[in-house]
Formats: sequence, structure tokens, C-alpha cells
Amino acid sequence: MPGPEHYVALSALLFTIGAVGVLVRRNAIVLFMCIELMLNAANLALVTFARLHGDLNGQVMAFFVMVVAAAEVVVGLAIIMLIFRTRRSASVDDSNLLKY
Amino acid sequence: MSELSEASGLLGYVWLLVAIPAASAAVLLLAGRRADRWGHLLGCASVGAAFLLGLGMFGQLADLDEHRRAVEQQLWTFLAVGDLRVDFGLLFDPLAAVFVLLITGVGFLIHVYAVGYLAHAPHDQTHESAGTARRRFFGYFNLFVAAMLVLVLGNNYLLLYVGWEGVGLASYLLIAFWFSRPAAATAGKKAFLMNRVGDAGFILAIFLLFAQVGTVQFSGVFAGVAGMSSTVLLVLGLLLLLGATGKSGQFPLQAWLPDAMEGPTPVSALIHAATMVTAGVYLIARSHPIFSANLTLQTVVVSVGAATLLIGAIIGCAKDDIKRVLAWSTVSQIGYMFLAVGLGGVAYALGLIHLLAHGFFKAGLFLGAGSVMRGMDDQVDIRRFGGLWRFLPITWATFGLAWLAIIGIPPLSGFFSKDPIIAAAFDRPGWTGWLFGGAALLGAGLTAFYMTRLFVLTFHGPKRWTEGQRPHESPPVMTIPLILLAVGTVAAGWLMSTSVVDWLTPVFGEAPEPHGLLSHGQVTALTMAVVVIGGVGGWAMFRNGTALAPAPAGPVVTAARANLYGDAVNAALFEKPGRWLTRALVYVDNKGIDGIVNGLAAAVGGGSARIRRLQTGFVRSYAMSMLLGALLIVGAFVAVQAGWFA
Amino acid sequence: MSVLLAQGVEVTAGEAWTFWLLAPIAVIGALGMVLARNAVHSALWLVLTMLALGVFYVVQSAPFLGLVQVVVYTGAIMMLFLFVLMLVGRDAADSLIETLRGQRAAAVLVGGGLAALLATGTYRWLEGTPAAGLAEANAEHGGNTEGLANLLFSRWVLGFELTGALLIVAALGALMLTHIVREPGERLSQPEQMRARFAPGNYPAPKPGPGVFATSSSNTTPAKLPDGTASPRSISPILPIRELTAAEAADKETER
Repeated sequence: MPGPEHYVALSALLFTIGAVGVLVRRNAIVLFMCIELMLNAANLALVTFARLHGDLNGQVMAFFVMVVAAAEVVVGLAIIMLIFRTRRSASVDDSNLLKY
Repeated sequence: MSELSEASGLLGYVWLLVAIPAASAAVLLLAGRRADRWGHLLGCASVGAAFLLGLGMFGQLADLDEHRRAVEQQLWTFLAVGDLRVDFGLLFDPLAAVFVLLITGVGFLIHVYAVGYLAHAPHDQTHESAGTARRRFFGYFNLFVAAMLVLVLGNNYLLLYVGWEGVGLASYLLIAFWFSRPAAATAGKKAFLMNRVGDAGFILAIFLLFAQVGTVQFSGVFAGVAGMSSTVLLVLGLLLLLGATGKSGQFPLQAWLPDAMEGPTPVSALIHAATMVTAGVYLIARSHPIFSANLTLQTVVVSVGAATLLIGAIIGCAKDDIKRVLAWSTVSQIGYMFLAVGLGGVAYALGLIHLLAHGFFKAGLFLGAGSVMRGMDDQVDIRRFGGLWRFLPITWATFGLAWLAIIGIPPLSGFFSKDPIIAAAFDRPGWTGWLFGGAALLGAGLTAFYMTRLFVLTFHGPKRWTEGQRPHESPPVMTIPLILLAVGTVAAGWLMSTSVVDWLTPVFGEAPEPHGLLSHGQVTALTMAVVVIGGVGGWAMFRNGTALAPAPAGPVVTAARANLYGDAVNAALFEKPGRWLTRALVYVDNKGIDGIVNGLAAAVGGGSARIRRLQTGFVRSYAMSMLLGALLIVGAFVAVQAGWFA
Repeated sequence: MSVLLAQGVEVTAGEAWTFWLLAPIAVIGALGMVLARNAVHSALWLVLTMLALGVFYVVQSAPFLGLVQVVVYTGAIMMLFLFVLMLVGRDAADSLIETLRGQRAAAVLVGGGLAALLATGTYRWLEGTPAAGLAEANAEHGGNTEGLANLLFSRWVLGFELTGALLIVAALGALMLTHIVREPGERLSQPEQMRARFAPGNYPAPKPGPGVFATSSSNTTPAKLPDGTASPRSISPILPIRELTAAEAADKETER
């Protein structure tokens, strides 16, 4: 029978997959999708905890995460567009001038 | 110590004695070329004014009651650090007054002489005009007088030390006056470095004084002498003695003084004969309560004096450079003064009388030597002189009087000053009386010998000049100081022997009844006999001149020509180990310290170059380190939860 | 949905089925997103995972969030992703060759470690903990949505307003970032572009590839080295080297 522990473990698994995706993918858009996956995993944990404690505040937090994620996606995709327009590339490895 | 009197009248202006030459020195050294034309006149005038002022103060001091014959003037607080409080205070007592008169009086005459001497002095390769050189010279000379007056007028050891270093600086500057000559520059450095050795002893003595009695003021120190243990007194006295030997060119620090003759002759006369080198004698005389309190200390001082007077006399017999002979003679005569002040009691006054008399006749001798050199185109080798008496009559006469004075012929001053010292040495109880008395007596004979040699070879006998020399007498600006000094040489003798002892009684106390091995009359007879033997022997040996090149000679003469191997000993004992030490330190510095520093820098640089590779600029690498950090934190959480750290 | 809502406290057999069915799908979706070479496929895999998560929200007494997840995330945000992908062009910057040395191995290692620690840690920590359930909280204001609304507009009203402001700022920022300012007249019309192309001084045909100093773009014409000589390495060894004749190299008068 699935209890909260199953949901949270699934959440941890999804979160890690997202994190590994951030590490191994180079396409900035895919990178963003991985971040979205991580946020969703966190949301799942929040919802599970809300149910665990019988407290709706967890769901409110998940709601806020969604809104902030939406805002982040908007700005992030705009930045990707801008980078692509100037460099003709969506690979994050091409934006490596920070070390200088 | 006598009581202090109120500083009234002229005595309230003791500070002017220091301020006038100091201001003049500042003007001369700072005014630049504008002062070239009149600088020497200002220099002479300032010292002359100081002399007149000193004379007036001397008169006022003499008017005071004998037991209150000293004035003290606190000008300002010189130093106030924690418990140490040193005032800039001047003490004008009979001892200081005598020195003030000597410094300013003889100093004034030598200043005047220097005006003439420098008019034709060589100023090779210094790229400065004769006027600039002269102004520089008088600036340094005034600086010296000011520092010397600080030295003798200071009412505490620290101020004495300030003057002590000031005259050391002036001495260095003046020895190396012709700094483009390597010999002069080296001699200046040598004098400075050897003086540092003595000065280190002196400053340690001051530290010790402060540690022991909490003050460096003369009155406080002398009051505290009674409370010091004999060991402390011995150490203190030896440190002071080290300072005194350094400044006065006494054994074992005698080697610098003859080399100091590289400076202009007036410098040799004023600084390295009449005044500065006697500062050691002054220091011991001023510190007489310390030295009188410990018999071992007195024996050491006497031994130093006796050894030095013999060393100086023996080397003086073998030198051919007119100024070097006089320099070694100075070393020897100051040895007499040390001997006297080491004997203690009334002999302090005897040492000071000899100091004053020596100031006159040795200044006369040096200025005479300068006059001879000027007449002989800067020739200094006495083997190249001879028969000059006819060409330099005034120089001959004054030099001859000084010669008779230094060998101690009555009624000239040397007789009255040296003879009592020899007698006092014989007065010392036990076998040491015979030892030191004998040394002093032998020294007197040697003095007669080498001074006669110098005089005869210079002024009599056949001419041994180099080609084309035309000896000529110096101008009046140089001969008048010579004459005045000769008058002083003649007159000062009995004047001082009678009155100066009484004059200095407030400082040193009453003379005890002599209880000697030999009576004074016997000693005088012995001395006269030795002096006559030395003088006649010298005259007989050198009446017909001498070889122009040094002849092969026995071991004693060879050793004397080599300064009794003093320089060799210094080189072997200090210079070579010093060089080794320096090389070792350089090696340690290059390999060790630089190695550490460079190694550290290389390690940091290399480490940075490696760590820099972490900064790839790839956002995914940074994300990786973030995730790694998250992993570590989660790992820590789990570990804590599992109780691994409990 | 109301059936699901009612069962907050006890985990029913239905929920168990749902979980064991959808959890692998969610994981597969996530893995597919990471592993797919094509970014569009990645996005579609992610949609799958998000839909599964939306169902989980509904199952866990959060029907409002579940709906938001489906409508906003899978509907709007993922469409935005796809839209941008189409704009950028799926040139697929992702070749299979990893350029950072050891990045993949380290990522798998660290990710595996993290997953193992997090999953096992939380699993063991929460194992057997009974869920309090949200039936009471949902019932208080007459339903999940009402309960959330009550919280959002009372306790979290400030945060709510701030996130609203954040969204507006983000929208404005995206506008600012992507907006291209063109001066009037800067943009050339098609006839203008054509005229410019065939104007004298311009070469109308496509230009040869970069670095090839050739008079012809034929692949039998060798490239010229900087000193003017032909480079045999620039053409295939099976082809004969063919230089242009003088007539062929002559001016075609296309530049008039």
C-alpha cells in the first residue's frame, strides 16, 4: 500500500533525475525542462506533506512554487532567445565567458 | 658635588653657548651657495662669540662661593617615556667651564687658522668650488663645536650621549671631508665604525644606569652610586670605559685615530687632538664617583692608560708621516690622561690639566704641521723635510716650543702637567705603583725620543726635499693662531698647575697628602733624566737626516711600523669573521629565507594555477559542484539521523 | 473526483493501483526527458511526467493543484517550451559526445548517491507514519479550493500579491528581453533586396564555402592556397583535378 513514504521517495527520485539532467544536457531549453522537473518533484513532496500533516498550507506553498516557476520560465526562455539570437546556439557550454 | 647656585646674570644664558654655534652651523649648511662668500667669517665669529660668552661666564662662576660653584639650567623635557624622564638641562660647573674655554678658545684659533689653510687646500674631484668646500667645512666645524659643547654641558648622561654622537657625526663628516679620496672615505668609515663599538658600550651603560637608579641625571646617578653592588659598578664602569676608549682612541680601540688624519689638518688639530678625543677623559672625570667607588675599575682604567701610552709612543717612534706621528703621540698623551683619571683622587685634576695643556701644545703641533705641509706642497713624509727652520721661522719657533712642552721641559706646560702624573703613578701603593710609574716614565723617555726625531727631521739637518719645492711661511691668518697657541703653551703650564687644581676642587674634592714610593723631587729628577736621554738620543741619531726609504730593521721597529699589528689583529679577529658571518648570512638569506619566500610564492602560484582549472566557465561544472555540496549535506543529515555522530 | 476527495484518510486499493501504475510512468517520463536526443521529444516526455504528477496531486486530496498542474504546466508552460523550441529551431545542440571530461560519470555517480540517500532516508524516516488526511481541512470551508482560497487571501495574501507582481514583472522582462527595436525604413522590402542582389558590384550567385579561394564552386576545382597554388588535398582523390580554361575563367558579364 502506498503511504507518504512512497510519494516522497518518488519525489526524491524525480528530483535527482532532474538534477542529473541539468548536469548532462547541454541544450539550454532541455536544461530548463530538467529544472521544471525538479520543481515538480518538490511540489509532489509538498503536497504529500500537506496530506501527511492534514494542513493545507503545504498546498499553498506548492501553488506559490508553480507561480514562481511560471515566472522563471518566462524570463529564462526570453534569455535563451536572446542568447540564441546573438550566438546562434542554445548550448550552455558555449556561454563560458564567465571564467574570464 | 657642590651645591647648585641660582643661575643669575650671564649664567642664565648658558644655552647660548650651544645655540650660537648650532645656529651658525644650520645657516652654513642650509643657506647654500649664497653663504659661500661670507660663510667662513660667520663660522669664526660664532665660535669667537661663544668663547667670549664662555669667558664671561667663567668669570661669574669664579665669583661664586667655592661650595656653590655650579649652575644648572633646565630648558625643556627632552624625553618622557614611562618612568624615564630626561630633561634637556645644562650644567655649568668648574669642570664644564674649563672644557668650554678649551673648546671655544682653541676652537676659535683653529677656525681662524682654517680660513687660511682652506684657501689653498686641495679640493680634488669633488666638483665643488673652493668657496662651497670652505662653507661646508665651516658648517661641519661649527656643528662639531655645538655638539662638543652639548657633550660637556649636558647635565645627564643621555644629553652627554647626544653630544657624543654629534661629535662622532661631525668627526666622520670631517675625516671624510675630501670624500672623493678613497683613503679619506675609508678612514671616515673606519672611525665611525670603531666609535660605534665604544658607543654601544656607552649606551648600554646608560640603560644599566636607568635600570639601577631610575635616572640618568648626573646628580641622581652619583647619589645612587652608594646603593649599587660592586659587580654592577664594575660592569657599569667597564661599559663607560669602553665608550671612552672608543672616542679617545685608547687601547683596544686605538686604530681609527691615526687613520683619521686623512681629514684636513685643522680637523686633526681640533677634533683629533685637542677636544673630541679627550671626551673619553671627560666622561671618566665626570663619572668620577662611579670610578672612585671601585678599585678594580680604577686598575683597569690605569692599565688601559698605561698600555695605550706605551703603544702610542712605540708606534710614534717608527712612523714617517708627520701627522701620523702626531696622531700616535695624541694616543699616547691621552693614555697619560687615562692613567691619571684612573689613579683617582687629586689625579683627576692632574689628568685634566694635562688635557688642557695637551689641547694647547698638540693643537700647536698639528697647526704647525699643517703650516709645514702647506709650505711643502702637501708633503707629509718627514724624510723629505729637513732644514726648514730657515724658511719657516715662525712655524719653527712655535713648533719648537710645543715640542719642548710635550716632552716636558720646564717651564713649559708639559712639565707641569706630565710630571705630577708620573709622580702620582708612583704614588700608587704596592707593586702596581712601580709598574705604572715605570710605564709612565718609559713613555716620557719615548715621547722625548720620537718628538725630537720629528722635530729634527723636519726642521734641521740636511735638506731632503723633492725637486722644485720652495718652502715658504704661511700667511698671518695662520701664523697668528700658531703664535697665540705657543703663548698658551708657555704660559698655561704653571698657571694651570697652581690654579686648576684648586679650581676643580669643588668637583673632585681635596687633594690627599701624597704617600708615595718616591718623593716628588725624586720623580722629577728621574723624569728629567729620562727625557734628556731620549731627546739627546733622538737628536744625535737624526741630526744628519735619515734614509729616504725605510731601512730593514729589527722586529720591534717592524712591528711598530705596522702599528704593533693592531690593524692586523682587528682584521683577523673582527673583519674576517665578520666577512664569514656576512657571507653565511647572505647564503642563508638567499637560500633559506628567499627559498622559503619564493617557495611559498611558487606554491601559491602553482596551487592557484591548478585550482584555476576548476573554474571552467561551464555552467554545468558549477552545477556539478553544487550538487556535490547538496549530496554532502544530505549525507550529513542522514549520518546525524542514523546517530553516527552521537 | 468527489469520490477521491472523500477518501483522504485511508489509502484505498484504488490509490495503490494508481500509484504503482503511474509512478513508473513518471519515472520513465523523467528518464526519457533526460535521455532523449531531440529536445521536442524531451518536452513530450516531460509532459507525460507532469500529467502523472497531476494525477498524484488529485489522488492526494489536492484537486485544485492537480487541475492547475494540467492546465498551467502541461498546457501553458510546456507549450511555451515547445514554442521556443520551434523558434530557436531544433538544431539539437545535443550531440552524444560529452565535452566535459568525466561529467557524465560524475553526474551519474553523484545523482545516484543523492537519489539513494534522499529516497532511502525519507522512506525510512516516514515509513509507517499514518497520514493525517485532509478531509477535515478541506471540509472546514466547504472544499479544497475554498480552503486554499481562504488561506491564500487571508494568511498568505501578501505573498500572493507579491507573486502576482512577480509574474507581471517577469512578463514585462520577457518583453524587454526579446523585443527588437527597428528604425522605420530599416527593414528592406523584397523588391529592394532583389535589386540590391543584382546591383553591379555584387555577386548574385551563392558564395563559395569559407576558406576556399576558388574561381568556381565545383567540387572538382581545387582550393587555392594563399600563395595562389592549387591544393590537391581540397578535392577527392578519385576525381581528376580540373582547372578552368581561360575561356571558362573569363568574365561572364554577370556583374553588369
